[in-house]
Amino acid sequence: MSTGIIFDIKRFAIHDGPGVRTTVFLKGCPLRCWTCHNPEGQRRDVDMFLRPDRCTVCGDCLSICPPNAISLNDHTVLVDRESCDICGECVETCLTGALEIAGREATVAEVIEEVERDTIYYDEGGGGVTFSGGDPLHQPRFLVDLLEECKRRDIRTAVDTSGCVPRAVVRTVAEWADLFLYDIKLMDNERHRQFTGASNRRVLQNLRWLSEQEAHVRIRLPLIPDVNADETNIRATGAFVSSLPTRYPVDILPYHSIGADKHERLGRTYRLPEAKAPSDAEVADAVGILEGFGLDVTVRGESHAFK
Amino acid sequence: MPLSERVRHLREQSVNAPATLSSERALLVTEFYERDDAGTSPAVRRAEAFRYLLEQKHVFIGDGELIVGERGPAPKATPTFPEICCHSIEDLQILHSREKVSFTVSEKDCQTFRDRLIPFWKGRTLRELLFQEMTPEWQDAYDAGIFTEFMEQRAPGHTVLDGKIYEKGFLDFKQDIERNLNTLDFFGDPRAYEKQQELKAMDICADALIQYAARYATLARGMAEVEKDLTRKRELERIADVCNRVPAHAPRDFWEALQYYWFVHLGVITELNTWDSFNPGHLDQHLHPLYCQGLAEGTLTEESARELLQCFWVKFNNHPAPPKVGVTAEESGTYTDFAQINLGGVKPDGSDAVNDVTYLLLDVIEEMRLVQPSSSIQLSKRNADRFPRRAAKILETGFGQPSIFNCDVIVQELVRQGKTVEDARSGGSSGCVEVGAFGKENYNLTGYFNMPKVLEITLNNGRDPRTGKAIGIETGDPRTFETFDDLMAAYKRQLRHFIDIKVRGNNVIERLWALYLPTPFLSLLIDDCIERGTDYHDGGARYNTSYIQGVGLGSLTDTVTAIKYHVFDERTMSMQELLQALEDDFTGHEKTRLVLRDRTPKYGNDDDYADDIMRELFEAYFETVDGRKNTKGGTYHINLLPTTCHIYFGSVVQATADGRTAGEPLSEGVSPVQGADRHGPTAVCRSVGKMDHARTGGTLLNQKLTPGLLRGEQGLDKFVQLVRSYFRMDGHHIQFNVIDTATLKAAQEEPEKYRDLVVRVAGYSDYFCDLSKALQDEIIARTEHAGL
Repeated sequence: MSTGIIFDIKRFAIHDGPGVRTTVFLKGCPLRCWTCHNPEGQRRDVDMFLRPDRCTVCGDCLSICPPNAISLNDHTVLVDRESCDICGECVETCLTGALEIAGREATVAEVIEEVERDTIYYDEGGGGVTFSGGDPLHQPRFLVDLLEECKRRDIRTAVDTSGCVPRAVVRTVAEWADLFLYDIKLMDNERHRQFTGASNRRVLQNLRWLSEQEAHVRIRLPLIPDVNADETNIRATGAFVSSLPTRYPVDILPYHSIGADKHERLGRTYRLPEAKAPSDAEVADAVGILEGFGLDVTVRGESHAFK
Repeated sequence: MPLSERVRHLREQSVNAPATLSSERALLVTEFYERDDAGTSPAVRRAEAFRYLLEQKHVFIGDGELIVGERGPAPKATPTFPEICCHSIEDLQILHSREKVSFTVSEKDCQTFRDRLIPFWKGRTLRELLFQEMTPEWQDAYDAGIFTEFMEQRAPGHTVLDGKIYEKGFLDFKQDIERNLNTLDFFGDPRAYEKQQELKAMDICADALIQYAARYATLARGMAEVEKDLTRKRELERIADVCNRVPAHAPRDFWEALQYYWFVHLGVITELNTWDSFNPGHLDQHLHPLYCQGLAEGTLTEESARELLQCFWVKFNNHPAPPKVGVTAEESGTYTDFAQINLGGVKPDGSDAVNDVTYLLLDVIEEMRLVQPSSSIQLSKRNADRFPRRAAKILETGFGQPSIFNCDVIVQELVRQGKTVEDARSGGSSGCVEVGAFGKENYNLTGYFNMPKVLEITLNNGRDPRTGKAIGIETGDPRTFETFDDLMAAYKRQLRHFIDIKVRGNNVIERLWALYLPTPFLSLLIDDCIERGTDYHDGGARYNTSYIQGVGLGSLTDTVTAIKYHVFDERTMSMQELLQALEDDFTGHEKTRLVLRDRTPKYGNDDDYADDIMRELFEAYFETVDGRKNTKGGTYHINLLPTTCHIYFGSVVQATADGRTAGEPLSEGVSPVQGADRHGPTAVCRSVGKMDHARTGGTLLNQKLTPGLLRGEQGLDKFVQLVRSYFRMDGHHIQFNVIDTATLKAAQEEPEKYRDLVVRVAGYSDYFCDLSKALQDEIIARTEHAGL
């Protein structure tokens, strides 16, 4: 059985599909979205992940680093990412957790062992496992092995995907996954390219193909002011989704900046530092427009009326 | 639904009234004993004292009250019980001036104590006798903080009423007494005379309560005569009618039922200062027939029933727990008197007990938002999800009630202890989380037991490192232990040593209460005291259980796990290195502390390495305590809860191998160490679910959730799924603090703005601002389980 790279397993995930779920985060993603809230999931390989606020400048890591990539300033640790080979020696030494590695290799059996721990909770309300990322379809072999194993054990599955992968991968995954959580970010191809680094053609074509197969899909729309919350984009999204042969619900996920500092921990620059969460009115407008297309719309999984 | 003007007024008055110490009861009981110093049996004398109290104490009816009667002369005027514990002037000064759970003591009352009460009671209190009768080993262990003693200044209580008062009046009880008096066998039963005395005492108490109610009837009638407001005049006349009817006769309607219970409650808490003040138990089941009847006859509406219940609620809040001092104040630092009203669950025949009154009571809990009475839902697999969802909506508002119990496992626990299945189903939880067969059991909590302290003494070969005193047995220098099993064997021997000391003490203390302070009024109410002609303190109840409440299972587990992991398995440090770091309170050993805290398996993360050790430690405690005989013909069982004792116990334990520094609180109940659980609530529940709750008499699991987690229909669904799953693992109880850390910190900064902030502490809810700083900090430290 295959192995893959995961960067987290979160239990009691309650916003990633029906019931109580465990979410397994697979590393690697075809997109580079500016507001990615799990940037440590973008690269397929492991990443050095710094928590400078935790550093007590004890210096234990300095001597232990084989390529001498670590230095200290007055108050925290610095890592030269060019020379760092992410061997993990320093992480072992760092007792305060200022130095971490995002990502680890895991076998299918290891992941399943962790996932199965919460079956008693899944059983109560149709819960199960969600494979997220990154984009889990970026490690297709590993993902399909995981899905097969879940099926064998009667664990319901969902995959949280950008859809920006070859059709063959979608086709194989669709044979095993019970539910797709499928992101649509931008309808305008140029803006999609600019904001995510890739064309949206595959995203939309794969979604249409899934709907032709009558696959179970929930569409997720991260709502980001000044990126995709404008009326034109929401209308285009509504028009597209309502044109699909299978009727799919749309879940709006209002943007929050929780992932911003993670970009810095990876030594990257957050490209949308000014972005704010959408106002209630902006969310309500988006809901109204989409409902105008006859779609079932929820906000963070809740019917909007409930507010 | 907004509160009526009447209820709003009564509630505000109750919330704002300061707790004061009242010397009324102390004076009356002193007067009685001064005059009546001998001549009758202890039971009859106690009954006469009870009658004297109820004849003499001030009666009053407050503006707008519908349910009447107070233990003291005014709301929150709290009596003392000098026959048990006569407070010294120093005690009074502490009570008056301490920052938390204080009682205003007037100069006049101080004078009364100085001149009259203290001189009379010196050398005559049960408390003095009790300490005098304990062995030096007991005293050493008590002083070291190995265990506490529940009966040193409060009476055994720990019982709850069943449905009998809704079917029988006190005149019926008198008939039962008479029948038993008439059938005493003075030829064949060597205890016939004692039984005769006990039954006579019960009879006196029954009359006393009827007469007490009559005094209220007279007062209400008199007030009605001069009342100008016609509506109030009618209410007062009605109150007079009700008080003439109950408790002499069975209640005919909803109002009479509530007033009847309230008189009984006052009787119990006036006779003695029982632990777990007593409560009506399954109030929804008891009231439901009269509620339906009232609606059908048109004599009651949902609204009038609601208002009566709200007036009833205020009554509980008017009665703080009697003043506690010393270790008893440390272990139970709260005004709350643990009247835990049970909702839902199953009926004695096993069917679903949730009814319209259940939901009405849940409304009342939400609308009244009072710290007392406490409330719980008894969740059975038979109950529909609407029931826990309704409760969750109250929790979401940040109110620490109701707590949630697993009705089905409670029935299992009680049946395992030997109750009939019907008696088990008519039982439930009370106090914090303790189980009992309501109306039929004396389930006596005897004291908290400091499990991590026993390990500490084991690691010091019988010595208490805090004082240097040898108080345990020598189980060997741990540096010479070759295997982990050697350590466990030493711990188990030390544990047995201290449990033996505790049980020996209990066996004396139980007899002191039976011989010197029988409780004939309470005995009237609990089966089978009348049939057996035997006092509640003397084994009269159908079931008699003694508990020793284990504290700090999480801390103990993580400590033992750290030693096994680092010293015996991974060998990252030697026993000597570890003991040195503990002795130095980690000063100069910060890295060792971080390794112990963060690089070690911890209980609460669904990690079998730590959880298996928890199970072994649980079994050790169970085997040492469960099944021992008490003096009342019953047996010992265990439960795992701390009230506020984990703070006190932590203060006497030096640094521990889980990375905790000296004096910090221990873990509470069966919850993981504060902040040690890093994998969310499902992992916590899985870890805790690995213990066999069905062999306990109650465990307490505290989970702190941010309000966002319960938001929306989905949030409620997932909350219910979490609870139901934990209960499928036979978890006994779970309670939620739904509050964000920011709010708690703000409340610490500006307590006056957050006076109404109620949080779950450990088995009960309390005003956050009334808690000690240490306890406040501890609540803040509990891991917040935000959803992803």
